[in-house]
Amino acid sequence: MQSWWFLRRYPVIPIFILILLLIAAAIGPYVTPYERDIGNIADRHLEPFTTSEHSVSGKGWITNSDGTMSPTQIVNGYHVLGTDHVGRDIFTRLLHGSRISLMVVAISISTGMAFGLAFAMISGYYGGLVDEVLMRIVDIWNALPFLMVALILTLIFGRGLEIMVVVLFLVAWVNFVRIIRAQILVLKEMDYIASARICGASDFRIITKHLFPGILNSAIVIATLNTSGLILAESTLSFVGAGIQPPTPAWGVMVNEGRDYLSTAWWQSMVPSAAIFLVVISLNFLGDWLRDRLDPRLRQVD
Amino acid sequence: MARFLLQRLVSSIVSIIGATLIIFILVQLHNDPRELYVPDSGYGLTQEQWENLGEKMGFNDPLPVQYWNWISGAFIGDFGVSLAQQVPVREIIQRRMWATIELAIGGWVLAIMIGIPIGVLAAVKRGTVWDYIGRALAIVGQGAPPFVIGLLLIVIFAVVLQDTWFELPAAGRPPVFSIKTYILPCVALGWPAAAGLMRLTRSAMLEVLDSEFVKLARAKGVGWNTVIYKHALKNALIIPLTSALLLFSGWLNGALVIEIIFGWPGIGYDALFTAVNDNDFPLLQGTVFFFVVIFVIFALLADLLYTIIDPRVRLTGGEK
Repeated sequence: MQSWWFLRRYPVIPIFILILLLIAAAIGPYVTPYERDIGNIADRHLEPFTTSEHSVSGKGWITNSDGTMSPTQIVNGYHVLGTDHVGRDIFTRLLHGSRISLMVVAISISTGMAFGLAFAMISGYYGGLVDEVLMRIVDIWNALPFLMVALILTLIFGRGLEIMVVVLFLVAWVNFVRIIRAQILVLKEMDYIASARICGASDFRIITKHLFPGILNSAIVIATLNTSGLILAESTLSFVGAGIQPPTPAWGVMVNEGRDYLSTAWWQSMVPSAAIFLVVISLNFLGDWLRDRLDPRLRQVD
Repeated sequence: MARFLLQRLVSSIVSIIGATLIIFILVQLHNDPRELYVPDSGYGLTQEQWENLGEKMGFNDPLPVQYWNWISGAFIGDFGVSLAQQVPVREIIQRRMWATIELAIGGWVLAIMIGIPIGVLAAVKRGTVWDYIGRALAIVGQGAPPFVIGLLLIVIFAVVLQDTWFELPAAGRPPVFSIKTYILPCVALGWPAAAGLMRLTRSAMLEVLDSEFVKLARAKGVGWNTVIYKHALKNALIIPLTSALLLFSGWLNGALVIEIIFGWPGIGYDALFTAVNDNDFPLLQGTVFFFVVIFVIFALLADLLYTIIDPRVRLTGGEK
């Protein structure tokens, strides 16, 4: 009973899954024996938990019997999660994919958070015309369907990782503005801000030293809850073909590649799908828990 | 009321103009916009033809004039000609619109029919099995992107249950109407929306059940069922119903993915997706404009509905 209580009270399982994801992204690519983008076509669509006698391993240059050199070697290989349509090990690609997802999402959420917070604090603190103009910008931003803006950006600037980060940044920042601005409006009327101003503190000092700590909790909660949305957006874009391009193994790309083989090799797209699902719900649970802990004001009745 | 209406109308128009302006500016950021408007970036054209092209397409005009030409054309439905298909963009949109609308309505009805009743049940019978069913549905709906749900449904109903009574077709919209083909795409589209609606309904219902007037009605001796279904429900459904209207427009994103998976010949698949693959810029631009306008109109409708149902919003000037 004690352990059940603990599991219900703290987000143990979500944190465990997310730590696993971090470890996978950090060391995963170094521990698997297989190459990310090279597979033996003879091994295509092996079921999970099978062993093959001619898997391709990519550990350095080796000399063949006829004296030529090749970058890979044929080994006996065990494929935990099976292989895809060109014989690449799905587990290996999943590990590499976790690294890409994490990197893209981490960059876009942190830059988005910095920009969104600055935007909200300036808008809320200065008020008046500045506020009016900035909030209209937010309105316009909300009217843009993000997937289509992403498609336009990829047509204009080409596809790739950098564009992807920019698109996700554009999605992320706006989610911070309304809530944080509303909190700044309350905070700036408080007595301690007035006393800071009487003491001669500059606007910059008031915003960074006195207002910023007040909204930090909310910002962290919003960031966590939005990270899962960004992972969904990233995988959707990659799935549609407007995001990360094959052969780079983003999870969305892997799902898309397996789409044609659903009837014969369901694992090729179901394994990365499950990975996306697990990470997203873990982040949702963690975000909900953080919200209840750090900032119950954001909470609706639950 | 009139003032509020006018205010919302103006801000909607500002949104449309701002959004199109952003798209227009993005196009200018490309090193040569002509490359976006001719097939294969103008490969095979002579220098002279290239220069004439700029003149013909109006790229030599000042930027405000260019923007005016585009936006005034767009408002009367002239989006230019598709590069890959050599057909006016408007025709493509008109031809493909109905398939998308069918899908959206199917998913919408499903989302409301599942989301709102389960949300109400979860609140009324809080902590019972209904609450847990609701939570499980919500977790899956909010955790899995539409394409994952779609593919999972295909694997279950078209592969695993193949040749059984439960088999459902997973590809395309047949020329002959058949309700079965609509089930999987509509569920995949409606589920995430149902999850959102359910959470909203549940929390709104809990809030209302906790309010003074419900307690008063109970204290007066009104039966529990009457209180729930006559008093509380009316007040709790305001937020879910208005946000259900917004769902429609929010789905234009999701519909694209669902249409790709199920090979559904709607706007998302046949206009947006092919436009990206063919580098067909006028088609993409026109479709996006179309979607932005729909989105803004629905947001406006939701706002109006909200003020009609709940006059408190009107009095405070719509600040939420």
